[in-house]
Amino acid sequence: MRTLTYLEALNEALVEEMERDESVFVMGEDVTWALMGSTAGLAEKFGEERVRDTPISEAGFVGAGAGAAMVGMRPVVHMLIAPFVYVAFDQLVSIVAKSTYLYGGQAKMPITLMAPMLYGRGNAAQHSDRPYPALMTIPGLKLIAPASPADAKGMLKAAIRDDDPVISFEDGGLWGQRGEVPDGDHVVPLGVADVKREGSDVTVVALAGAVTHALTAAEEVADEGISVEVVDLRSIVPLDRGTVLSSVAKTGRLVVADPAHEMGSVASEVAAIVAEEAFWDLQAPISRVTTPHTQIPYSADLERPLYPSADRIASAARQLMA
Amino acid sequence: MTVSGGDLREMYRRMSRIRQFEATTKELLLKGELYGAFHTSTGQEASIVGSCMALRDDDYMVGTHRSHGHPIGKGAALDGLLAELMGKETGVNQGKGGSMHLSDFSVGSLGETSIVGSGLPVAAGAALGSKLQGLDRVTLCFFGDGASNQGTFHESLNLAAIWTLPAVYVCENNGYGELTAAHKTMAVEHVSERAAGYGMPGVTVDGQDVLAVHEAVGEAVGRARRGDGPSLVETMTYRFDNHAIGIRIENYRDPAEIEHWRTQRDPLVLFRDALGERGIDGDELDVIDKEVEAELAEALEFARSSPAPPPEAAFTHLFTNPIDA
Repeated sequence: MRTLTYLEALNEALVEEMERDESVFVMGEDVTWALMGSTAGLAEKFGEERVRDTPISEAGFVGAGAGAAMVGMRPVVHMLIAPFVYVAFDQLVSIVAKSTYLYGGQAKMPITLMAPMLYGRGNAAQHSDRPYPALMTIPGLKLIAPASPADAKGMLKAAIRDDDPVISFEDGGLWGQRGEVPDGDHVVPLGVADVKREGSDVTVVALAGAVTHALTAAEEVADEGISVEVVDLRSIVPLDRGTVLSSVAKTGRLVVADPAHEMGSVASEVAAIVAEEAFWDLQAPISRVTTPHTQIPYSADLERPLYPSADRIASAARQLMA
Repeated sequence: MTVSGGDLREMYRRMSRIRQFEATTKELLLKGELYGAFHTSTGQEASIVGSCMALRDDDYMVGTHRSHGHPIGKGAALDGLLAELMGKETGVNQGKGGSMHLSDFSVGSLGETSIVGSGLPVAAGAALGSKLQGLDRVTLCFFGDGASNQGTFHESLNLAAIWTLPAVYVCENNGYGELTAAHKTMAVEHVSERAAGYGMPGVTVDGQDVLAVHEAVGEAVGRARRGDGPSLVETMTYRFDNHAIGIRIENYRDPAEIEHWRTQRDPLVLFRDALGERGIDGDELDVIDKEVEAELAEALEFARSSPAPPPEAAFTHLFTNPIDA
């Protein structure tokens, strides 16, 4: 099978969906310049009507995406970086998430937002957020966080074809990662987690960049006789409870690794689900490996230890086995 | 712009519908049959209808929390709107939206939105959609003087202008953003002056004169449809009721001012006079009023006899394409 980088996979998804469906168009800051890489070559291929640079005007262009979606287009709105969604928050919450419900199903909202998360690279507090937990609390949005090139392509294609708003959180730390991507029309359904590695002692449910660290950690503790199952959640909303619960039923131990701030994180939600529905399967307390509730500092020495790492995940797994 | 006799009568009918719809719904609200925050369009009928009648049936419209009048102006049937206000299953939004969010997608009313200023980007997007689809549809966006101080006003007019979108932004300047006078919140006299900042035409018209509104908006719609880009039209109007029904603070407006607008500047009275000069006499208009009264009575009967939505409806329409997980 051929290999692509995560960014190349995103690019291929955009090209294929724009070729397949004339109602798909891309807009955002600097998309024709491909400042974030994934939109490279689109303007040359499809022209600047369908690939449009916007002013730095997030509320304006997210809302414009919503309006275009309501009249039958399938906009892909590039947010440049994920924290810029804050600037467009009312449009995202009051319009994008609510219009289908508010108007009793008259409004379809097939809009996709691409939201790269650039953390761990000295961008400090305002530019480094992983803001999906805030958005997860808002009914009406589908949220995904693909963690491999194959999923980056397949899930973005599924998002674009979906009739509802989907926000795709790219983990910038994975952009350069290379992996196998199936040929042809590779579409990965939303709302389905992926068991990346089977194991019998500890389940590690991981998200976004934490998936890679979880796999490294699993390798590390395997030498010590601890068998770790790694579940890549892939979708945040809808959340694949079934796959998580079956894995915990098998292992009896749960670590959740999530790069977001701990309070109200996906890790917290997964922990709550398992505590409510699988308490009697558990042989040890649930452990969350997340980012502590503080700001992201500039200094690399301060920033690096804050996020989930293979070491932190491995020691959480060891602790549950102790 | 010449308006046909048929259109003049239709304008009067839609204005009469809004006036009577609001009188009825206000009464129902005060009796407790309706509920929720309730903002009436009474007094603003000319601005609404003059604008909407400048559109084609397949053009789009986006509106505000003061949502009752706009869909009626665009041609929505009264029964679904009234049933919506009663929270019934047969409501235009199946009881999900209520007073601040009326809509009727079948007549191009893409939904009224209750966060002030939130509809302006949506209108730009609908216009962008039509443009990309190669259709000559125009999108008209109603908003208030208050919304013109939101960032979305700036962002949307700028987007519409740089992309030459077929959009018409109609500011219904009723003099007050909630309870605060417009002149205390803007350093310019007219919202239309702000159009210059976006390189688009901006005009101010008498919002109580339906024909003046129709002419100004008609010109803007023509420009948009020809592909010449967006315009801003400001209609100077007045709401006869308080910001929302039930607000007890009344003294932010001079009683003499309210009295003046109600007695001297009532858009229906002014239009009846104008129609009289054009040979459409009062008796004929009285017949239209009676027909609207009957239409409203039927709508009321329909709404009252409609079922409430079933409890499980609270969970439907969250998504168009729900995924079980």
